[in-house]
Amino acid sequence: MAKDLRKYGGRRRTSTFVLGLCWLASGIGIAVLFIILLTLVYRGVGSLSTLVLTQDVPPPGATGGGLRNAIVGSLILTFLGTAIGTPIGILAGTYMAEYGRHARMTHVVRFINDILLSAPSIVMGLFVYGIMVRPMGHFSAYAGAASLAVLVIPIVVRTTENMLLLVPDQLREAASAIGMPRSLVIRHVAYKAAMAGMITGVLLAVARISGETAPLLFTALNNQFFSTDLNAPMSSLPAVIFQFALSPYERWQDLAWTGALLITAAVLTLSILARWLGSSGVKS
Amino acid sequence: MNTEANGRERISIRNLDFFYGQSKALKNVTMPVYDRTVTAFIGPSGCGKSTLLRILNRMYDLYPNQRAEGQVIFDGEDILAPGVDINLLRSRIGMVFQKPTPFPMTIYENIAFGVRLYEKLSKSEIDDRVQSALEKAALWPEVKDNLQSSGLSLSGGQQQRLCIARTVALQPDVILLDEPASALDPISTAKVEELIDELRSDFTIAIVTHNMQQAGRVSQYVAFMYLGELVEFGTTEQLFTNPSDKRTQDYVTGRFG
Repeated sequence: MAKDLRKYGGRRRTSTFVLGLCWLASGIGIAVLFIILLTLVYRGVGSLSTLVLTQDVPPPGATGGGLRNAIVGSLILTFLGTAIGTPIGILAGTYMAEYGRHARMTHVVRFINDILLSAPSIVMGLFVYGIMVRPMGHFSAYAGAASLAVLVIPIVVRTTENMLLLVPDQLREAASAIGMPRSLVIRHVAYKAAMAGMITGVLLAVARISGETAPLLFTALNNQFFSTDLNAPMSSLPAVIFQFALSPYERWQDLAWTGALLITAAVLTLSILARWLGSSGVKS
Repeated sequence: MNTEANGRERISIRNLDFFYGQSKALKNVTMPVYDRTVTAFIGPSGCGKSTLLRILNRMYDLYPNQRAEGQVIFDGEDILAPGVDINLLRSRIGMVFQKPTPFPMTIYENIAFGVRLYEKLSKSEIDDRVQSALEKAALWPEVKDNLQSSGLSLSGGQQQRLCIARTVALQPDVILLDEPASALDPISTAKVEELIDELRSDFTIAIVTHNMQQAGRVSQYVAFMYLGELVEFGTTEQLFTNPSDKRTQDYVTGRFG
C-alpha cells in the first residue's frame, strides 16, 4: 500500500517537538521544587540542632536561642484549627452528598464553598480580626485557630462531598434494603467506603494551614515568649519566619531558614502520607 | 388467572400507578404474589418490572421525585400508607440487587451487621446465624476459613451469594431479587438459580429477570409486563405454553423484546 510518508514524517517531527516541550515543562517544575528544597536544607540545616527544639526565640542581636515557642505554637494552632474545622466540614459535606443532594441549599453552599476555597487567606485573617480580635480587644490563639479553621472548612467540605459522591448508590440501596436506617447507612457504609479519601482531605487541609502566615498576623499575632495561653497572642513558625527573615540580625535569619526547613519537611511528609493513603484506599 | 396451587396471597398489589417525576412508569397494576412461591416479572427493558419490584420494599423512597399511588397490601397492611416504618418493612421484605453489593466490611460483619439492627443476640447466637445464612446461600464451605477477610475480596458470584446470605440472615418473609444473576457467569448463575429454588420453601420470592429460560426454570408464577402495564399474570406453565394475550405470546416466543 502506498502511504504518504512525507505527511507521516511531519507528524512525527511535531510529536517529538511537543513531547520535548512536555519534558521541559515537567523538568522545570521538578527543578524548581528541588532548588527550593536544596536551598532550604543548605541554609537551614546549619542551625538545626536540639537547641532549636529546646530554646525559645532569642532577643534581637543575641546568639543562640531556638524555635521552641514557635513550634509548640504552630502545633497548637494547627491542631485547634483542624479540630474546629474538620467536624464542620465533614458535617456540611455529608449533608450535601447524602441528604441535600438535590436541594437548592446544596448548590448555594457548593458555590460559596468554591469561592472560599480560592479566597486569599489574608481575607480570612481580616474576617476573624473583625469578628473576634476587635470585640475581644486583643490578639489571641483562639482567634488564630478560628482563622485557620475557616481555611480548613472549605477543603474538607469539598473532599468529603466528592468522596461520598463516589460511593455508588447501589451500596446505599443495599444497606437500606436490610432495613438499615439512613444514619447508619451513612456512618457504617458510606463513610467506610469513602474513609481513605476523607482522611486525605483532612491531611491536605492540615498541610495547607500549617504553612499559613497571613491569617495569623491579624489574629494570633506572635509572641516572643513561650506561651500556651489560648487567650493570649501565640507564636507560630510562619509568623516567626516572616519576622526573622526581614530582620537584620544574622541569628534571626538563620533561624528563619531552619523554621522554613521544618515547615516544608512537615508539609512534605503530610502530603506524601495523604497521597499514600489516597492510593491505598482505592484498592482496599 | 390460575390460583389453585398455593392459595394464600402474601402481597396484593392493587391499582398501582408509579411516577418518575411527571412520567408515568406503571399503569394500574393489580396482581397477587403468592406465599412461598417464586413469582417472576418479565418483559422488555423499560417495561416497569424493576420499578414494580422496587415498590414492594419502598426502595423508591430514597429518591425524592418518585412516587407510587394505589395499594400494596402486605399482611393486611398497606405498605404505601404514610406512617409505615420503612426500615422495619425492609427488614421483612429483603432485596438482592443486580450487581453484587457487599459492604466495605468483613464477610462476617456483612451478615452480622443487619442481624444486630433488629435483634439483641449473644455473640454465639450471631455466629450461628451467620453460619446458617452462609449455609443457606451455599457459600459456607468456600468462606468458613476466612470470615474475617473483606467482603470485597470474594469473586463476583461469591459476592452475590454473600448478599443473598445477608438478606436471608434477617429471616425476612419476602425476598426481592432484581436480576440477581445477570452480572454473573453461567456457573455462578446456575448456583444462584439452585439457591432460589431451595429458598422457596422458606420465603416468598419475587424475581425480575431478562432471561426467559431463567424465569421458566425458577418460577411458579409469571407476570408479563409491557410499557408499564401488566399484560398477563399466570402460572409459569400456562404463560409460557398457552398465553392468552398476543403480546405475551410474541414476547415469550422471542418475536420482540
